[in-house]
Amino acid sequence: MSANTVTKKNPLKSSAGLSDTNLLLIITISVFVLMYACAMLFLGSGFLKAQTFFNILNENAALVVLSCGMSIVMITGGIDISVGAVTALVCMCCAVNLDYQGGSILTAVLIALCIGLAFGLVQGFLIAYLEIQPFIVTLAGMFFAKGMTTIVNATQFNVQNESFQALKSTRITVPGMGAVNKLGAYVPAYVEIGVIVAVLVVIILFAVLRWTKFGRGVYAVGGNNQSANMLGINVKRTKFFSYVLCGLLAGIGGFVYFLHVGSGSPSHASGAEMNAIASSIIGGTMLTGGVGNIAGTFFGVLSLSTIKNIVSSLGLDEAWWTNITVAVMICLFLVVQSIVLARKNKNNAK
Amino acid sequence: MAATNNLQQKTGAKKFGAMLSALVHRQIFIPIAALLLLLIFNLIADPSFFAITLAQNSAGDPVLSGYLITVLDNASELVILAIGMTLVTAASGGQDISVGATIAIAGSVVLRVLCGTNSRPDTLQAPIIVAFLIGCVVSMLFGAFNGVMVAFFKIQPMVATLILFTAGRSIAAWINNNELPIISDASFGYFGNFIPGIPVPTPIFIAALCMIIIALVLKFTNLGLYTQCVGINAHSSRLNGINPATIKFLTYVILGLCVAVAGFIKVSRFSTINYSVVAKDIEMDAILAVALGGNALSGGKFNMASSILGAYVIQLLTTTLFKFNVVSSALPAYKAVVVIILVVLSAPVVREKMLALWTKIAPKKRVKEAA
Repeated sequence: MSANTVTKKNPLKSSAGLSDTNLLLIITISVFVLMYACAMLFLGSGFLKAQTFFNILNENAALVVLSCGMSIVMITGGIDISVGAVTALVCMCCAVNLDYQGGSILTAVLIALCIGLAFGLVQGFLIAYLEIQPFIVTLAGMFFAKGMTTIVNATQFNVQNESFQALKSTRITVPGMGAVNKLGAYVPAYVEIGVIVAVLVVIILFAVLRWTKFGRGVYAVGGNNQSANMLGINVKRTKFFSYVLCGLLAGIGGFVYFLHVGSGSPSHASGAEMNAIASSIIGGTMLTGGVGNIAGTFFGVLSLSTIKNIVSSLGLDEAWWTNITVAVMICLFLVVQSIVLARKNKNNAK
Repeated sequence: MAATNNLQQKTGAKKFGAMLSALVHRQIFIPIAALLLLLIFNLIADPSFFAITLAQNSAGDPVLSGYLITVLDNASELVILAIGMTLVTAASGGQDISVGATIAIAGSVVLRVLCGTNSRPDTLQAPIIVAFLIGCVVSMLFGAFNGVMVAFFKIQPMVATLILFTAGRSIAAWINNNELPIISDASFGYFGNFIPGIPVPTPIFIAALCMIIIALVLKFTNLGLYTQCVGINAHSSRLNGINPATIKFLTYVILGLCVAVAGFIKVSRFSTINYSVVAKDIEMDAILAVALGGNALSGGKFNMASSILGAYVIQLLTTTLFKFNVVSSALPAYKAVVVIILVVLSAPVVREKMLALWTKIAPKKRVKEAA
């Protein structure tokens, strides 16, 4: 009888407390808010303007989309390091299509989606059904996309297509957030189209992961492969679709990136995969799988780019400082995660 | 008479078949097959690939030149890294993606010690051996950092090493105040090029020395046994008195040493360093070498000879592609195709399917023979 009460107590206790996902999410959001508040207090002018915040969004819309895909794959316990190279390939193909083949925006979007989907399908099949290591498969995918980009076109060029230029410079004003500039004129705050896409992606994926069968399956597969299988979840199919989704998001992210930079180049988005992984980690996605949150990923991207902005506005403009601070930040978050995990294991052992 | 002959033939065929299947099931078969395939391809496409000539280098010394020598020479760094990477993979079930960046750090430290405060000294400010040893120590410290993250904080290796992957090249630039030191002393170049009077490139000797050392270590110490134990089941090795964390930590420190040697060769080749380009993407090649050697990337058993052979295969592939005028930036696409083919063929699921197919066909043959 007494043993029964003890075993009953533990689950009650853990459900009353914070789950890992929520705890990591709260840590991420509070770090971001704290960092931004400090920047506002100590660095002043730039960070006080709403437009600075929207510029961070404008610049990192593509990274948000890529990181969302990365988070989903990471929640299943895998990884996809091809997303940066796929982004570059999408940019190059869209640029060539628009300028040299007389394509329209519609064909460019279709190309972007198809490339992303193709990478997702092939990589997903190899990983889920042939059971090859995700790292190796997506490494090959990255190499392939990198090589193909230079085969399609080896040099950088800016897109001249008029309708694309019109779309690229479309600005959506955010009401009530503008500022008065030095000349006394009111300048409204704006975001680019890519930001709208990114926010939509975040909302949709948040809902998918929280309320759909597929979304819950992703967490189950990442948490424990075997028990997910026993619960009747098709592990292979869930993994397959998570990679397909990640590939598709890489395509979308690629187009968003293209919309922001307006050019094709083999060196575009180099290292984006590592930034996406870092954002996901900072956002509380655990690499062991099963733990993570799309909202956290969104804040992860914001934290990462805010710290970059802070470093550059501190006047430490030697390129190495940015990288070193980002690395230190990843390191801190990893250690926090590992402590959380250790605490959880201890609780389970009890 | 005819019957016995037939029987002999049959047993001979059987023996050959058994030998073949034994060879196919050996781990080292994959890199050997890939190596032979590439060599045969080169033989058919252009036999001059195998030509080795005695030429004179710019210093007027006789040196061997030819594609095969280039392959052996350029593969040296990769081979040395593959040794460390195999141990890390076996023990921790993950890979170190920071080796390229740590090579930049090691190279930067070596140059910094040799140059002192002046970035273009006329004479060396310290003996080369001292610079090398300091490079080794620094590189092992960074390896130890990775090791602590993986072994004691239990962070996935790929992610723990992401930290140095991000920061490494920046740290390397920082060590030299973002200057590009150039060493004019010829003796420093001996280690990456040729020692006067010896026609074989020095890196080949260094790689061979590393191979001999690791062979001796694996033969006379328990390192190999322990890393495999930890990789297969960390929990049960703990119960058997092996501390998994220490072993994992140790493999990362050993990899740090390998990185230092590779970095030393790299900077010696050019007597200078370019932080953002030196050893770029070499981590990917090193991981591929381990995978190509048929070692499970999830840890456990490993075969060092296979990994080393895998490294040579990758360099052979690179050199072959270069020879056929593939632009260096397009190279990854071809490499990816080759890698995917190799990985798919060696995937356990595919192997099982092929084995099932084989056993389906085989009985029919037997029936035919009987008839």
